[in-house]
Amino acid sequence: MQYHRPASFAEASDLAAHATGITRFLAGGTDVLVQLRSEIVTPDTLIDIKAIDGVRDITRHADGSWTLGVAVTGAEMSEHPQLGREWPGVVEAMDLIGSTQIQGRATPVGNLCNGSPAADSVPAMVAAGASVTVTGPAGDRVVAVEDIPTGPGKTSLAQGELISALHIPARGANGGDAYLRFIPRTEMDIAVVGVGVSLRVDGDTITEARVSLGAVAPTVLLVEECARALIGTTLDDTALAALAAAASAACKPIDDKRGTIEFRTEVAGVLAKRAAKIAYARAKGETA
Amino acid sequence: MALDDRKSHFTFVGTRPNRPDGLDKVTGRARFGADVTAPGMLFGAILRSPHAHARIVRIDTSKAEAHRDVKAVVTRADFADVPFKPGLEGEFWNVLENVMAGEKALYDGHAVAAVAASSALAARDALKLIEVEYEVLPHVTDVDKAMAPDAPVIREGAADYSVPEGMHPNVVRYHESGHGDVEAGFAEADLVIEDHFVTEATHQGYIEPHACLASLGADGKGELWCCTQGHWIVQKTCAALLGIETAQLRVTASEIGGGFGGKTTVFIEPVALALSRKANRPVKIVMSRSEVLRATGPTASASMDVKIGMKKDGTITAAQGVFRLQGGAFPGAPGDMTAMCAFAPYNLTNVRQVGYDVMSNRPKQAAYRAPGAPMGAFAVESVIDELCKILGLDPIEVRLKNAAREGTKASYGPTYDRIGLVETLEAAKDHPHYSAPLKPGQGRGIACGFWFNHGGETSVSLALSEDGSAQLMVGTPDIGGSRASMALMAAEVLGIPYENIRVTIADTATLGYNDVSHGSRVTYASGLATIKAAQHAVEKLCERAAAKWGIPVDAVKWENGCAVPSGPNAGDFDPLPLAEITADMGRTGGPISGHFEATPEGAGVSFGTHIVDAEVDPETGKTSITRYTVIQDAGKAIHPAYVEGQFQGGAAQGIGWALNEEYIYGEDGRLQNPVFLDYRIPVASDLPMIDTVIVEVPNPGHPFGVRGVGETGIVPPLAAIANAVSNAAGVRMRQLPMSPPRILAALKGNG
Ligand SMILES: Cc1cc2nc3c(=O)[nH]c(=O)nc-3n(C[C@H](O)[C@H](O)[C@H](O)COP(=O)(O)OP(=O)(O)OC[C@H]3O[C@@H](n4cnc5c(N)ncnc54)[C@H](O)[C@@H]3O)c2cc1C
Repeated sequence: MQYHRPASFAEASDLAAHATGITRFLAGGTDVLVQLRSEIVTPDTLIDIKAIDGVRDITRHADGSWTLGVAVTGAEMSEHPQLGREWPGVVEAMDLIGSTQIQGRATPVGNLCNGSPAADSVPAMVAAGASVTVTGPAGDRVVAVEDIPTGPGKTSLAQGELISALHIPARGANGGDAYLRFIPRTEMDIAVVGVGVSLRVDGDTITEARVSLGAVAPTVLLVEECARALIGTTLDDTALAALAAAASAACKPIDDKRGTIEFRTEVAGVLAKRAAKIAYARAKGETA
Repeated sequence: MALDDRKSHFTFVGTRPNRPDGLDKVTGRARFGADVTAPGMLFGAILRSPHAHARIVRIDTSKAEAHRDVKAVVTRADFADVPFKPGLEGEFWNVLENVMAGEKALYDGHAVAAVAASSALAARDALKLIEVEYEVLPHVTDVDKAMAPDAPVIREGAADYSVPEGMHPNVVRYHESGHGDVEAGFAEADLVIEDHFVTEATHQGYIEPHACLASLGADGKGELWCCTQGHWIVQKTCAALLGIETAQLRVTASEIGGGFGGKTTVFIEPVALALSRKANRPVKIVMSRSEVLRATGPTASASMDVKIGMKKDGTITAAQGVFRLQGGAFPGAPGDMTAMCAFAPYNLTNVRQVGYDVMSNRPKQAAYRAPGAPMGAFAVESVIDELCKILGLDPIEVRLKNAAREGTKASYGPTYDRIGLVETLEAAKDHPHYSAPLKPGQGRGIACGFWFNHGGETSVSLALSEDGSAQLMVGTPDIGGSRASMALMAAEVLGIPYENIRVTIADTATLGYNDVSHGSRVTYASGLATIKAAQHAVEKLCERAAAKWGIPVDAVKWENGCAVPSGPNAGDFDPLPLAEITADMGRTGGPISGHFEATPEGAGVSFGTHIVDAEVDPETGKTSITRYTVIQDAGKAIHPAYVEGQFQGGAAQGIGWALNEEYIYGEDGRLQNPVFLDYRIPVASDLPMIDTVIVEVPNPGHPFGVRGVGETGIVPPLAAIANAVSNAAGVRMRQLPMSPPRILAALKGNG
């Protein structure tokens, strides 16, 4: 196994482009090293991206949008004074991952690129409208988060490509987001269903909404029908019922040891309603 | 002798000092199974079958043997040579077959070969060089399917004499017992309920994976360090499997990170010894968590039918149960225990119980706290709860009305001595928990449970030091704070402070035979032996005092740590403290020690009653346990904090078993969830604070009244939680675990 510690994304990209066999980028390593130890994936090339300048920075731009370095951890996001006030759903989703020890290492970009359909931070980022900069042999491109995963363990990144930054839009006025997941226990478990909701209100009426589902399909879903069920409503019972129905209808889950098709489909609707209520209260400036 | 009197007033017993192993454990100084090394040590690793059932056509180890870091490779052939004891029989053969597959791999994870190499990584890589050709056979992992006529046969001829004609060869033991006429009893009832119940296998879930360090020479002399609940059984079994003399193998038990019954047999130890013998170097093996889950013994899974008749006033007129237990690819599932314990809490005129031991393509089941009893209690206590509900009766009153007492003929045969079930039920009725209001969405359940408890072969030795301190050697590994309890009992007899007594778990070369730390026997049997050994030393102390004073020995008695004249006629001498006698012992007759070897027979049975509140989310089926109270008869709590710990541990493991833990097998017969991510043991935040009430109805069979407490605590939880969940959800849950998908399906009426 080859271990590299490049000083720039260009160098990292070049190393990856010329590597043979299995390549992994080492961010927090909470997936990579666990998979290595349990002999699920034994990489031939390991490219540690934590020595690249700025990868731990959390930057709020003048327009209110955010850029997060690719080694920013869950703990750093939770401890940031302003990020969690503007995007509580994104921060809470990331904070659900693992334990205190894992929080000190795990990154949202690693969570995304590991490609698990159940990744917790991903539906929250999709609902928030987040995007990433992809650096590759041909230069940089910006890609929506929902366009990165292509199936369990698979991403749209080509050989030699890696993510060099995570962008979260400006929260703006009267917005709120939330993420909820279902697990059979109270912590240290993997999502059976995850739902991220972000919306904006004008008075009591929802004017913008994005709803994203995790763990109910081979990839994270951005569900237009859910957004339509919310926009123009005051989140009354009819809107909630329509939201739940749309969420359940969008599910294409599997039966496995973690949950049945029926269960995931039903609970996706339940969590969509609950997450929407929290996001709505937050958008209206209520504490929820 | 005066000291033989049963005691009811205590100085040390019943206090709560810190455990002697506490500091070592919190500072990391304690040495567990994986914490030792030896010069020249090799690392062992085991190749395991990926198939649930397969004939092993050929194993080619040549490539692994050629690897430069590999020093030995073993397969079953390395165990076949048994010069001293040819033809292993019975359980020894089963254990050998389990630790290294013979002609067939019998379950996913079954060991087929092992290597020893100079590093753990090299050993792991070398496993990939071993070529095994399998002929995959049809498999079965479900108990009902394993009994069906068309089920694949795990092994012909494994059944014993008890199995009735015409049963499938996978049914290997049969138990039937009871008394009265159940049909007549059902005819007298106002309401009869019969239901079917299912439980899945669960693992003991001890935090420490199996680990050992073995050394065995060509001269047949060996040393073994391992984490085990009983090193004499390890010694005996390993010696038999390797064909060496028992006494030539010295086994030392490490500190142990949990066992719960699962470490009462061997898995890696004979393999490490065989590798060591071949490599002529010490060999260490440490299991991974997935090896623990795939290849060590979980408990049995069960399929049960229970029928109970009740009068309108709550009197049970008849009870009947059929309990089918699947225990993996070997005989041993405790169907007999399930049957015998199921109705044991009740005074029944008409009762009949049947138990089956069934083999399937799963790992060999191992004991798990009160083996077999929790499943039966789940079925029986659920039916009683349902009867109470329909008849509008209070579940505690009904249990009190039917409770077994002193003199009751037990459902499994004998007549009870003094027992404490009624006391636990009375305590439950009076507990504030039982009358506390419930919030909407919550339900309350109660259940009773029984376990036999065990005595077993026991040796203890106690030696006094010149300065008046004492060292106590016991042979039962400390799995629940027993060193503290032993020291308290010795302190009570000797009359010296708890802190002045050091308790050691002696190795097999230092002490006579000891049964395993199982059957809730340690505080009872090793405790009794400790008391007797201390009394033996006290007799000698009294002799020395008598000689010094020039009076007969029966004119001396032992009081508060001193020899004193037994009365005014014995003479007028100042009390002679223990330390003054031991200071001179070299000159007055030599070392003073006490010992005791016997098989105590008076382990009193024990009962418990649990009260549980559960809350079910009607939209997701997720359960949280909001309040839990354990009430159990301890006979006499030697160290109450560790008794409470046993109660709470039973409840915690019961919550896992009831709600989320389960062995999940795929269509291919492979275990789907051999990691803690998907084998869902409760985490700390899943548990409420667990209240405990210690009831003390002294056991007549122990000098201080002790009854075992380690196992009874896991008998009621499955039932109590199922009753609480069923009451909260408004639908009866008859299958464990009550995972959210199952509860949601039941709520929607299609479960
Ligand atoms: C005990 C435990 C509990 C966990 N609990 C949860 C949980 O509750 N929810 C959950 O969603 N996950 C959980 N995880 C999984 C894991 O912690 C998360 O997926 C985490 O976010 C991964 O981040 P990382 O930085 O550690 O990624 P790494 O392990 O470093 O990398 C993960 C993957 O991303 C790729 N990668 C990393 N950075 C880049 C980059 N810049 N460009 C391209 N590819 C990249 C790597 O090649 C690798 O394939 C848990 C893990 C453990 C060990």
